[in-house]
Amino acid sequence: MQKLFENEKKAFMTGNEVVAWAALAAKADIMYGYPITPQNEIMHYWTRLAPKFDKKFLQTEDELSAGFTTIGGVMAGRKAFTATAGPGNTLMQEPMSMAEMMRLPTVVVVQQRGGPSTATVIYSQQEVNMTALGGNGEGLRIVYSTSSHQELFDYTIKAFNTAWKYRFPTFVLGDGYQAKMRESLTLYEPESRGINLIEPEPYLGKAGVPGVDRPPAQFRNTFSMEEELYELLMGYVKDYEKIMPEVAEYQSSGVEDADLVIVGHGIVFRAIRAAVDTLRRRGLKVGYFRPVTLRPLSIPQIRELTAGVKKMLVVESAYGQLARLIKEVAYGGTAEMLTMYRPGVGITAEEVEAEAEKILK
Amino acid sequence: MGNSSVQPVMPRSWRVDTKPHKFCPGCGHPLILKCLGQAIDELGIQDRVVFGCDIGCSLLSWDFFDLDTVQTHHGRTTPVMTGIKRARPGLICIAYMGDGGGYSIGVQHLVSAAARGEKITAVLANNTQYAMTGGQMAPTTLPGQKTETTPYGRDPETTGFPLPGQDMVSSVAGEGAYVARGSIANPRQLKSFLKKALENQMSEKGFSFIEALSACPTNWRTNASETWDFVERKMPAYFKAGEIKVPAGGQGEVQKDG
Repeated sequence: MQKLFENEKKAFMTGNEVVAWAALAAKADIMYGYPITPQNEIMHYWTRLAPKFDKKFLQTEDELSAGFTTIGGVMAGRKAFTATAGPGNTLMQEPMSMAEMMRLPTVVVVQQRGGPSTATVIYSQQEVNMTALGGNGEGLRIVYSTSSHQELFDYTIKAFNTAWKYRFPTFVLGDGYQAKMRESLTLYEPESRGINLIEPEPYLGKAGVPGVDRPPAQFRNTFSMEEELYELLMGYVKDYEKIMPEVAEYQSSGVEDADLVIVGHGIVFRAIRAAVDTLRRRGLKVGYFRPVTLRPLSIPQIRELTAGVKKMLVVESAYGQLARLIKEVAYGGTAEMLTMYRPGVGITAEEVEAEAEKILK
Repeated sequence: MGNSSVQPVMPRSWRVDTKPHKFCPGCGHPLILKCLGQAIDELGIQDRVVFGCDIGCSLLSWDFFDLDTVQTHHGRTTPVMTGIKRARPGLICIAYMGDGGGYSIGVQHLVSAAARGEKITAVLANNTQYAMTGGQMAPTTLPGQKTETTPYGRDPETTGFPLPGQDMVSSVAGEGAYVARGSIANPRQLKSFLKKALENQMSEKGFSFIEALSACPTNWRTNASETWDFVERKMPAYFKAGEIKVPAGGQGEVQKDG
């Protein structure tokens, strides 16, 4: 196969285009998808690039089908992915619950839009609940929340590796702003940066006659006994808890001496970081903490933070979806938990700065 | 199969250690699965078949064969098999479902797969109701038929007539599609239909779809003769057996009735 880039390439493009290039760089084999704004251009770019690199695409009849065909793709031993948003993500929860039950390395890119219902096609951070904990299950998933185009590229590549390494459904959680705006970034071949791409393996259709040369591979998601389910699920939970420390990622700065730590994820983190930089320059003791993975969270770091600082301000373009996750981990900590909720609307650095000033006054 | 001399002959592709099977006495599923097993044996494709089963009684087939198998969700077997086939066209994918899975909750998947000409084989057991959940009305329930949600009999005025699901699939399926309806009352014919459907997939002609009229004496609350009367007389009044769609140019090498 021809090389995508000569090791590295500077680019200025939309986030959706970045995802398509990242999936190619990750050696994804097939995308299954259904149109929904604001993720459409992932499909548009993939369908233009795919034939040139011997990749496949299927446009399905809905997101249920996009999710279940993605499941079929990974079970067949191919790196398969889909992308969705909003009401599409709602439908995606059904197939992803099957992926959780069968430990399938599906990769789903979510470009959040306003909710509930059809709401807006523009932007939000309101798909945190659903992406992290959706479906009728325990949220045994891995969710990367990106904040820039470079991260969209990096973490889309990483998502395929994480999924195939740990066999939990993996999500890249972006949003409409990241999807649609243009930004500069560096595209690269993962190998040129020392990133080893994990090879996919088939669950089904391996060599030999089932029952003759090998036992048949028969995969269940249905159980007759409570105990059967319990044992299986507790095994999964144990696996998940074991990998949490190596999967969880966060970013923080200025928290050691802070009177106030501002917490946020995704693109809102950029407003927070800019606000914290300004406030610090003005001599205020403010820091930030940003979970990169929303599932699993960096639990020890959050606990340490909430035991050490006086005040925390959770800022998000949702009405407490991130805060709920943080508060659960922070339970027992002494930090006062303040919130700035702007469901479905963007948040600027100036707004965060003003809120912080009000708190510190 | 140490005592095979006293056992009925099972298809080679059946998984012996899961027999006797899990279906109710008098159920139609094992007869359909026997015909399917024979078709797989005759085509020599046990090493290439992936079998997907829906939720409902069809789920009980999950360990029925020595085949790679995946349990899916209710109605979602068609897209799972589609996903596998698209990713690995060399595999032969069979989506096994009931009438509720295929004609109700998963109807958009079945019709869309047919319209796109997915090179998979869907097999639908029609027993005119939801059996696993205790016998509720299905799209296929006959007018006047009593079920748990139509305790006074299905009234077409409020619940419509039996869905001509096969005609619906057939009408959107492309040139290369093979669509037929068989019955457990005629296993030779059913086996030949299933075999032709699989051959249609193997020759990459297009979508293939077999509906099999099945029986559910447990929920129908019928004795043996009433059960056969329902399958052989009452159901065919709405669901006619036969080949509905055959690819242009036919399938010369396969003889009718196997």
